[in-house]
Amino acid sequence: MAIQPTHSSRRILLPVKQWFILLSLAAAFFLNIIPLGDAIGVPDWVALALAFWSVREPQRLGMGTAFVAGLLMDVAGGSVMGQHPLAYILLAFAAGGLSRRILWFPLAQQALHILPLLLATQGVMVVTRLIGGADFPGWGYFLGSLTGTLLWFPLTFVLLLPQYQPIDKDENRPI
Amino acid sequence: MPVAGHQPPPFFKRGPAPLARLAFFVILSLALLVLDLKYRYLELARQAVVVAIYPLQRAAYAPVDLYEQLGGYFTSLAVLQRENVHLKRKELESANWLMRQQHLELENQRLRELLDMKVRQPVSGTLAEILYAARDPFSRRIIVDKGSQDGIAPGQAVVDEVGVLGQVTRVFPLQSEVTLVTDKNQAVPVKIVRNGLRTVLFGASGGQLELRFLAANADVQTGDLLVTSGLDGVYLPGLPVAKVARVDRDAAYSFARILCEPVGGVEKHGQVLILGGRDSAPLPRLEETEPRDKPSKGRRIRKKE
Repeated sequence: MAIQPTHSSRRILLPVKQWFILLSLAAAFFLNIIPLGDAIGVPDWVALALAFWSVREPQRLGMGTAFVAGLLMDVAGGSVMGQHPLAYILLAFAAGGLSRRILWFPLAQQALHILPLLLATQGVMVVTRLIGGADFPGWGYFLGSLTGTLLWFPLTFVLLLPQYQPIDKDENRPI
Repeated sequence: MPVAGHQPPPFFKRGPAPLARLAFFVILSLALLVLDLKYRYLELARQAVVVAIYPLQRAAYAPVDLYEQLGGYFTSLAVLQRENVHLKRKELESANWLMRQQHLELENQRLRELLDMKVRQPVSGTLAEILYAARDPFSRRIIVDKGSQDGIAPGQAVVDEVGVLGQVTRVFPLQSEVTLVTDKNQAVPVKIVRNGLRTVLFGASGGQLELRFLAANADVQTGDLLVTSGLDGVYLPGLPVAKVARVDRDAAYSFARILCEPVGGVEKHGQVLILGGRDSAPLPRLEETEPRDKPSKGRRIRKKE
């Protein structure tokens, strides 16, 4: 049987490995610092990965990780120190608090839960910077959250893939 | 000895409550925000982290670089030939000016010596390449590939072949951050070439610039060229900055709304020139009554003596 990392499969997943969480966050950070100019609708990969792991493993990924990831984003993006940490901490807190609820829903409705979380993350950043005296970046800025929400489906597939491995390795099985 | 039910067994221990952790981290980041926005105390920490993630940033630039190279490879021959012809013609046109410029500069120098004026400062510059635009959507900044290793210092002006781009605001060891003139918090003292009216140019939204606080009847026309006035001691005088694009004179307001378009390729990628620091004349001493060794707090950019 092919692997089916969907909600409908009721199989019990393997426990997640801590290094895989950190690796996915590092990959998200790398995707975030690719200079794409002022392209509209680029999702915040780090926020997405943080939301995913906060929903899936609220015990393993805390606000401390969110804080450090935010600081790195601030430095890499040249923004004000503390802008990303503040938004990411609130995101991790909200996603962790909602995790028991969200996981009951099928993927589409999970994504609908994630959309307001991502929008609020961006909203916190906008408010922080507007208070600091910056310019409003335009409504296109919030499109990134929409693409992020759509990415919830492939993200769930990819990030849960290692946990679908069989416990006893079968030589004849491709994956 | 603890009785069951009075104290949770150790495997239920989860550290502090989520709300307590949230409060702790929120206060921490708010403190960071205030320290950075108001006092700018965190530049050293920023430098350390930038050096640590520098290899990753260069690696992240690789996909974009590859894309650009691929695009360049597939640029058709015809386009290149046309560009070549255009450039040759342009060079011929400017050669005439350049030859005369040398002559004029010598003449100017001699005349200035005759008039016993200070010789105009020769311009030195460092060629740098724009790596990428900073991701921060709230400000207009670019990252260039020369840093304090190449002698770049904060406050230097950055120009391209047609006009002013901005000013170096943060210097890291291997790269530096340039705030463009279109940034909201960037102001450039300019004057209008046509009539010599001096004013200050601010960044506005949408990659435009704005002349603020000019009276509704000020003598500004669409198409006026604005050049740096040099009064700030940072920019050399006479560098083109912007062209007036629109002038709205509304009788309801006491100020005219004047929008300008930048002259330099502010939002494009390419090569830029970072002009050397300008030695401005020392400011006249204000009041002798103040204690002399106390540093003045209000000045933003310390001038070299």
